[in-house]
Amino acid sequence: MEKAIKRYFPIFALPTLLAFTLGFIVPFLMGIYLSFCEFTTVTDATFVGIKNYTRVFTDPTFIHALWYTALFTIVSVITINVFAFIIAMLLTKGIKGTNFFRTVFFMPNLIGGIVLGYIWQILLNGILANFGKTLTFSSSYGFWGLIILMNWQQVGYMMVIYIAGIQNIPGELIEAAKIDGANGPQLLANVTLPMVMPSITICTFLTLTNSFKLFDQNMALTGGEPSNSSQMLALNIFDTFYGRNGWEGVGQAKAVIFFILVAIIAVTQNTLTREKEVQQ
Amino acid sequence: MAKEGKAKGADEQVSAVRRAKHGWIITLCFTILTVFYLYPIFMVTINAFKKKGFITENAFALPNSRSFFGLQNFIKGAQKTKIFQAAGYSAFITLFSVGVIILCTSMCAWYITRVKNKFTTGIYMLCLFSMVVPFQMVMFTLSKIANILKLNNPVGIIVVYLGFGAGLAVFMFCGFVKSIPLEIEEAAMIDGCTPIQTYFQVVFPIMKPTAITVAILETMWIWNDYLLPYLVLDINKYKTIPIVIQYLKGGYGAVDWGMMMAMLVLAIIPIVVFYIVCQKYIIEGVVAGAVKG
Repeated sequence: MEKAIKRYFPIFALPTLLAFTLGFIVPFLMGIYLSFCEFTTVTDATFVGIKNYTRVFTDPTFIHALWYTALFTIVSVITINVFAFIIAMLLTKGIKGTNFFRTVFFMPNLIGGIVLGYIWQILLNGILANFGKTLTFSSSYGFWGLIILMNWQQVGYMMVIYIAGIQNIPGELIEAAKIDGANGPQLLANVTLPMVMPSITICTFLTLTNSFKLFDQNMALTGGEPSNSSQMLALNIFDTFYGRNGWEGVGQAKAVIFFILVAIIAVTQNTLTREKEVQQ
Repeated sequence: MAKEGKAKGADEQVSAVRRAKHGWIITLCFTILTVFYLYPIFMVTINAFKKKGFITENAFALPNSRSFFGLQNFIKGAQKTKIFQAAGYSAFITLFSVGVIILCTSMCAWYITRVKNKFTTGIYMLCLFSMVVPFQMVMFTLSKIANILKLNNPVGIIVVYLGFGAGLAVFMFCGFVKSIPLEIEEAAMIDGCTPIQTYFQVVFPIMKPTAITVAILETMWIWNDYLLPYLVLDINKYKTIPIVIQYLKGGYGAVDWGMMMAMLVLAIIPIVVFYIVCQKYIIEGVVAGAVKG
């Protein structure tokens, strides 16, 4: 059978592979090469070695964006997952209106980052106006604004995944623990949490990468104001490419560093939480 | 056995009573939370009907006789931004990109799972790898390539989406193909089906649940995507909804918040309708997608 299928390579695999080469492999390899070049368009690149990388680390906006992003990622991962888990626990107790609540909490997820950013800009500025401030008053206003926005958007998504995880726990397991005299917190720590570990793996992975790579919401909510101090990495890279002349090579070098950071985070997180998963 | 069943039933009744006792408190709390959750959308909607000066003055007030602006924000905004045209482009790009992604990547996934050699394993690994690469890594080179190859229009961008979105889709389809018993396909082949017939009449129908999951995830991504179409498309000619919204902020100096609110409402309406209609599939699709990812 394998031989029969193999002859149909041009029909089955070729279209995807061509697009994949064009849309991913070539841009990726060119991106790596260009990070060692000075250029304004792709055709006028001259090789300059690691000069771009040294410029990246002497660029204060990049270092600031790096710390700002790291801090934002930590806070948002913790808050989103804690809230999502609590809501999921409460929504699996069989209360009235469970389906309705689930529907409402999930909804903001479908709204795009740009639209969300402006919705929250007007809302948060409306609240801050009572204190004579705006979101762009200082970088910490933008920071907490973005945390609130991301929680509003992502809690529902993670909640849905946690609910599925909690519902998969066999009822006998909880009964057995109760018969053995486990109280509420013990039940949570020794039965529920280990059993939903696969969901925790997925949710922390998704929130980690989403937060670290955040772009649309950041741009629409504060746009990096005041003076780039609420700028996250993705926006900083975009700005370096398209906002400053002669910085294209540096932008590409930043993008390579960004990619390496994302890859390290993804791999580390996966190995760390997978270790804690129990065999079912 | 019967006794045990009875005891369990009684136990369940007890816990059901306990649940009901505390249940209303939780329901009440969640009802309040729901109000907070829906408030931002409500607020945008009321502000869409106000004159722009009144929005920054007090964003929380309901429109009154002085601030009420009727549908002016919508009419002016739609004229200025051509948002309905943008909605058309958004719909076109999303619909066809998702269609092409489903068709091409599912075929590719079947091929690379059934034909096992170093080359196909390599493709699979590359697809996995592409999932961790952020868009910023390729955005500059990708937009230049798209420009050179004249893919900077709503038809060409479908190829770009297929290329950049292939990783996740191939990965998910591969996971499913591995679980399809080989005997089914062999039986079809023995009965005289060509691989193409086998694929479309036997394999693809079995893959439908995964196809729905992939379709939902890719639709959520492409419909809301800002950066890729902004960089790839010739934006003087073609704008999608997120580009129009952002353009309203950047393109005309001071922001007209009245128009902005009206356009936000127009941007949200199709999403809410889509969500209400396909709610069950969306939530199931997200759960299924998460388990495999």
